[in-house]
Order: sequence, then structure tokens, then C-alpha cells
Amino acid sequence: MKKAAYPYILWIGIFIVIPLFLIMYFAFTVGNSQDFNMFEISLSNFKRFFTPIYLKVLGRSVNLALISTLICLGLGYPMAYIISKEKSKRRNIMILMFVIPMWMNFLLRTYAWLTLLGRNGFINFIITKIGLKPLDLIFNDKAVLLGMVYNFLPFMVLPIYSVLVKIDKNLIEAAEDLGANRYEIFTKVIFPLSIPGVITGITMVFIPAMSTFIISSLLGGNKYNLIGNLIEQQFRWTGDWHFGSSMSIILMVFILITMALTSKFDKEKEGGGGGLW
Amino acid sequence: MVEKMGKRIYTFLIFLFLYAPIIVLIVFSFNDSKSRGVWAGFTLKWYVALFKDAGILRALYYTLLIAALSAIISTVIGTLAAIGISNMPGLSKKIVLNLNYLPVLNPDIVTAVSLMALFRFLRLEFGFITMLLSHITFSIPYVILSVLPKLKQMNKHLAEAAMDLGATPFYALRKVVIPEIRPGIITGGLIAFTLSVDDFVISFFNTGKGVSNLSIEIFSMTRRGINPVINALSTLMFISLMVLLLIINKRTEKNEIERGETR
Repeated sequence: MKKAAYPYILWIGIFIVIPLFLIMYFAFTVGNSQDFNMFEISLSNFKRFFTPIYLKVLGRSVNLALISTLICLGLGYPMAYIISKEKSKRRNIMILMFVIPMWMNFLLRTYAWLTLLGRNGFINFIITKIGLKPLDLIFNDKAVLLGMVYNFLPFMVLPIYSVLVKIDKNLIEAAEDLGANRYEIFTKVIFPLSIPGVITGITMVFIPAMSTFIISSLLGGNKYNLIGNLIEQQFRWTGDWHFGSSMSIILMVFILITMALTSKFDKEKEGGGGGLW
Repeated sequence: MVEKMGKRIYTFLIFLFLYAPIIVLIVFSFNDSKSRGVWAGFTLKWYVALFKDAGILRALYYTLLIAALSAIISTVIGTLAAIGISNMPGLSKKIVLNLNYLPVLNPDIVTAVSLMALFRFLRLEFGFITMLLSHITFSIPYVILSVLPKLKQMNKHLAEAAMDLGATPFYALRKVVIPEIRPGIITGGLIAFTLSVDDFVISFFNTGKGVSNLSIEIFSMTRRGINPVINALSTLMFISLMVLLLIINKRTEKNEIERGETR
């Protein structure tokens, strides 16, 4: 029954492998993007990227993605921990409540933050009612961060939860019997066992945060470009697919480095992303 | 006691954070004013307007059509692929599985632009077909990942026994293997459907000729101002998807109980 996989292997070849080679081909050539026969091999796309303007954008993307990953971890771990300690029925409801928001179009959910954060928005309404001056809450780096944390927090909570909930209760009891206090039980038993979930969570937040262009264009007000915005501009508007492809390659390299770094800690390969569903 | 209170408050704040925008959307779908931030009284006019808005209804039509087609096609290809993969020898299994992970782990935007390059290379005209092909491509891996665990749980010798008793491989597949892994297939299909409905990035890059789905429509609206009609539509979709989600949850709960019993 091995043959059953052949249609998919063909599909992988056409729709996954060839496109990646095409992107690589585009990245290392220059020419008129419309005509595939007129390309010349060149490194100029990469030379162009490694100039201060673009490096600054890359730096900002990495920075925001790192900060949002850390915030998600800081907020998400305690949440996952609290949920894992609940009774099974309550636990399922709470996890369901983390999944439900993802079923509403994320563009709309992100856009709705403008209603909450805007100059005449709900939060400023409360602030002015108290008698304080309205704050500038949108179209800045903090708003982009908020959008990232908002969109990707479930990706941190769910994998950590799915690992925490599987921890053998006997291990914790054994630690108690051997005289460990609650702090020691957490740092020496629970946390080390939950590391695979933390790793999955970090990759699942970092990758989309690093490559997003929607959150920054909705909440950053087009002033705060990320590398995703640059790629989008090249492919959709400027039409320089070569430069866009070289940035895609750089983005992929960054993601690969992150994954190589994190997979060092990852002992349990399976069950990672599966926790999402 | 204090600790319990702390946990309750923390949980409440996190859920408030998650649901605040959704509450805003639902509340403003009943707002008698076009502008955000001002409450001008209760109305159902956006729900009425929704069924007269040709642009949004067409986007909804394309969204659902593409989601249904891509779910069906990716479920068929993915299920067959999972069966094939589980019967492969070690090395080729590893290679196929790793390639299968590529679209899952690759940033959406890279998958999107690489498919865009492919379609340009093949000289396909951007539109319905390119969008459908790209949706199938990013859905299949999730179908495979939800079918494979079921195949692992299944007794390997069942299909062999059927064939020893005279079943053709196709008959054994249809009568023995597929019924055994059905829950995985259904979950995979539902995941494919919802991923397709929810997708923006890959559709945005791989569409053309006026074919747009709801996400693309919403994105272009964010530039010229959101029409509250879309709030009404997403409220309706949200409610229907929640019903669907409850059904899936019931299913998985049932499966868990069944699994618990066999163990």
C-alpha cells in the first residue's frame, strides 16, 4: 500500500520543492521578473539587503518577535499551569475557550483593537473619565507588540498545557515524600519536564511573529515596517521578486537558526504541534 | 485562599484580553452608526444589509467553495498519503515526513511567495485555480498529521488478514483500514476546512482576477474603513463555527473515552 503516497509525493515535488528552488533561483539572480530567460546570476540582492536601512528593519523584526515571544511565555506559562491543575471537565472548557477566539477572522480581531485603543476608543474613554489625558495607544511599536501577543498567546499556552497535563502525578508525590517544598517541586520536577512544550510554544510564537506583515500594517500604521512588510511590498507592489526572494531566504535562515537552537533542548519530537488540535 | 483568588483574577484577565476584541465586534454589529467607538443605539440593519451586499456575499461564496473543495481534495490525497507513508521503510518515510513538515513550519509568507513564483513559472493565470491549489498545498500536511496517529494505533495485521482472506488491496482499504481511521480523517478534513476559511496570507498572494475571499475583502476594507456588515457576518460565522467546534469537542471526548476503555 506504499503506492498510496505517490500522488502526494508528486504534489510535494511540484508545490513544495520546486517553489522553494524557484525562490532560491530568484534570490541569486537579477533581471526582469516577468521573463525567466533573461536572468543573470548575481549577489546584488543580498548586497542591497545588508545595508543599514534594511538591516534596521531586520533588527526591529527580530527584536519585536523576541519580546513578544518572551511576553507570551511569561503570560502563557502560568496560565497553562493554572489550567493543568483544574479538574478534567473545567480544563477542557478552559482550553476550548483558548481555541474559540481563533475561529473568528484574525484580521477583524486585530482590527477591533483599534476600537479599543484608538484616540476616541474605549480605553481612552475610561482614562478621560477618570480625569487623565488620553494616551497615544495605536500606531506605535507597543501596539504591534500587543497585536502579536494577542494573536499568538494561544500558541504558547496550548503546547505547554498539553505537556503539563501529561506529567505523571506520582513524580510530584514522590518529590513531596522525599521532602521537596513547592518551589523545589516546580523548579526541579515540573519545569524541566515541561521544557518540550515550552520549546514548541516558543517556535510557534516566534515564527509567525517574525514573519507577520498584517499586524504591523494594521496596528503600526505603516510606519513600523517589519521584514514581512518588505517582502509583501516587493511581491505585491514594487514587483522586484528577486529582492523579495532574497529577503524570504534570509527570513527562512533566521527561522532555521531559531529551530536549530531550540531543537537542542527538544527531547520529545512528537506531540508538539499536535497539542493545538 | 489568597492564592485561589489570585488564580481566578489572573485567569479572568487573560480571558478578558482574549475576548475583548470579539465582544467589541459582536456589540458593534448591533450599533446604529457606521463609525467605530460611538454607540448610537441597537439595530439589526447590518444583518439585513448583509444579505444585499453582493461583494461580501461573493467573497463568502468563494471562501466556502474553496474551503470545501480544498478540504475534500486534501483529505483524499492526505489520507492516501498517510496510509502510504505508514507502510514505507524507515528512510523514505523520514524524508517524506520532513518534507511534509515544511509548509507547517515555513512562515506563511514564504510559502505564499514561493507558490506565487511557481504559478508565474507555470504561466498559470492568478485566480480561482491558483488559490485552490495553494490551499490544498498548505492543508494536506495537517490532514496527514491527524491521520498518521490513528494508523499507528491500528493493528497492522488487520489489512493483511483481510487480504489473506481474499480481499483485494482496494477492498481491504475501503472495508478495513478506512473505517478504523475514520475519526482521524474527519478531524483532518475539518482542520483543512477551517484553515482554508481562516487563511489570509497565502490567499492574498495567490489570487487574482477579482476572486477574493473574506479575509482579503476585510484587509482591503481596513484601508477604506470597515463596513459594519462584515461585523454582522463574522458574528454569524462565529456562532456557527462555535456550534461546529462543540461537535468536534464532543467527538474527541467520545474518542478519548473509547481509547480509555480499550487500554
